[in-house]
Amino acid sequence: MTIRQRRLLRRAMPWLFTAVLLGAWELACIAFEIQEIVLPRPSRIFETMFLRAEILLEFCFQTLWTTIIGFLLAIAGGLLLGLLVGASPFIYSGLYPLLIAFNAIPKVAIVPIMMIWVGVGALPAIITAFVISFFPIVVNVATGLATIEPEMRDVLRSLGASQREILIKVGIPRAMPYLFASLKIAITLAFIGTVISETVGGNGGVGFLMLSASARNDAPTTFAGLFAIAIMGILMYAACALIERRMTRWAFRGEIVA
Amino acid sequence: MKAMTGRSRRGSPGFLHAPGAEAETSFVRMDGVSLDYVNERETVHALADATLSIRRGEFVAVVGPSGCGKSTLMKLVTGLLPATGGTVHVRGEKVTRPIKGVGMAFQNATLMPWRTTRDNVLLPFEVVQPHKRRFRRNRAEYADKAERLLASVGLAGFGDKYPWQLSGGMQQRSNLCRALIHEPELLMLDEPFGALDAFTREELWGIMQQLWLERRFTAILVTHDLREAVYLADTVYVMSRRPGRVVITKRVDIARPRTLETTFEPHFVDIVHELREHISHEHTS
Repeated sequence: MTIRQRRLLRRAMPWLFTAVLLGAWELACIAFEIQEIVLPRPSRIFETMFLRAEILLEFCFQTLWTTIIGFLLAIAGGLLLGLLVGASPFIYSGLYPLLIAFNAIPKVAIVPIMMIWVGVGALPAIITAFVISFFPIVVNVATGLATIEPEMRDVLRSLGASQREILIKVGIPRAMPYLFASLKIAITLAFIGTVISETVGGNGGVGFLMLSASARNDAPTTFAGLFAIAIMGILMYAACALIERRMTRWAFRGEIVA
Repeated sequence: MKAMTGRSRRGSPGFLHAPGAEAETSFVRMDGVSLDYVNERETVHALADATLSIRRGEFVAVVGPSGCGKSTLMKLVTGLLPATGGTVHVRGEKVTRPIKGVGMAFQNATLMPWRTTRDNVLLPFEVVQPHKRRFRRNRAEYADKAERLLASVGLAGFGDKYPWQLSGGMQQRSNLCRALIHEPELLMLDEPFGALDAFTREELWGIMQQLWLERRFTAILVTHDLREAVYLADTVYVMSRRPGRVVITKRVDIARPRTLETTFEPHFVDIVHELREHISHEHTS
């Protein structure tokens, strides 16, 4: 195999694997005569997605924008808190246990509380997406700051740099790859948050669509919703990965040199 | 830790340029300096009763068995660590907090991977006064300066490369440039050539000596390579095992510039031998 062929094959691998998985699923459904209400065939799911494209897109769009707003808030909040936690050992020891405690709470449990406070609709979805996705951002940014090489710090301190200058010149650039790595995790979590909220107490979005479809025993539509979430998740993940490469090229040094 | 930094804005104005008659006699003076620190359960005596005096423009090397507190000594001189006992004076001024404008180079180059080599070398200008306030407007002028210094260590044309595109030796050269670009009066070298192969290391000794002959800064080199110490230094201090004390002060009376040939001459070899014996004595006693 030439290098060119290998590269092409690597590109094609995700599609091949997905195709094989869906094919096996399709065949299994036919071979074992699985009822559509239990597990619809992928071809039926895609058919449903196509037939109900208009309503599906509308609900997807609702889920997408609430997720993105929650996610953006999580970046802002997580970055700020991460810098605080990473820059000061005092804030670290004070805040870290609280953060862990907060992260351990099942987010599905806070949706009903949120409904009491802000009602039904987009707002609880945004808030759930925010609270579920900001933890990995905080932890990663703080880690990036806390792992500055002591020698680097010494070089700057002996030049006469203040703590603030060290944070700006070394801390923040160094935390960037950590931030962008966490964004890929955070965006998928944000989708989970939105859909949880839509499922527990929503009146729109893919989560709501799936819930009402399953109440009507409409399995193909439920699965169509699942597929839609998965596709949106992959697209947003890819967007984050692309931004990561653009912003922190130096952290991917091996590939640039090669 | 907070108390030591941060508050360093006032005080020691113009560390780089102030004259001082008394400083001519001893630029760095340590009197009975000790450092203990408490870890987990026990108190560790890292350094005990270190006394030495370094003239302005002198090149000093500190050698000793591993773990004898050589690096600790450097941190005490620059005020990065406060001494538990004794006093440190730099340029006649008692050191109580990190002194400013010192050039430092460590074994790993600690260059910032997100900056080009030139921008790495320019870093001190962004921090040290009076350059800091004029850096932004005179960037081109400073970049020229960095380019010239890079060229003088054999890195002409590498300014736009990122550190990870350079070899280990080239990174260490850039590291030296960063430590020297702002023409510090005091240069601290903590085994800067330790991780390099023998050929590169010996080449860098020559470069280091050349830079010193041109600029005559005061330098403190911590190393465990005795040939390196004798090649570069005017005075070699041998430290004892932990807790470290200065046990021998050896003046190296070999004319400069020294070359690799010099290192094979009997007198050079004798000095290395003598130091070697003291160290092995310290290791076994």
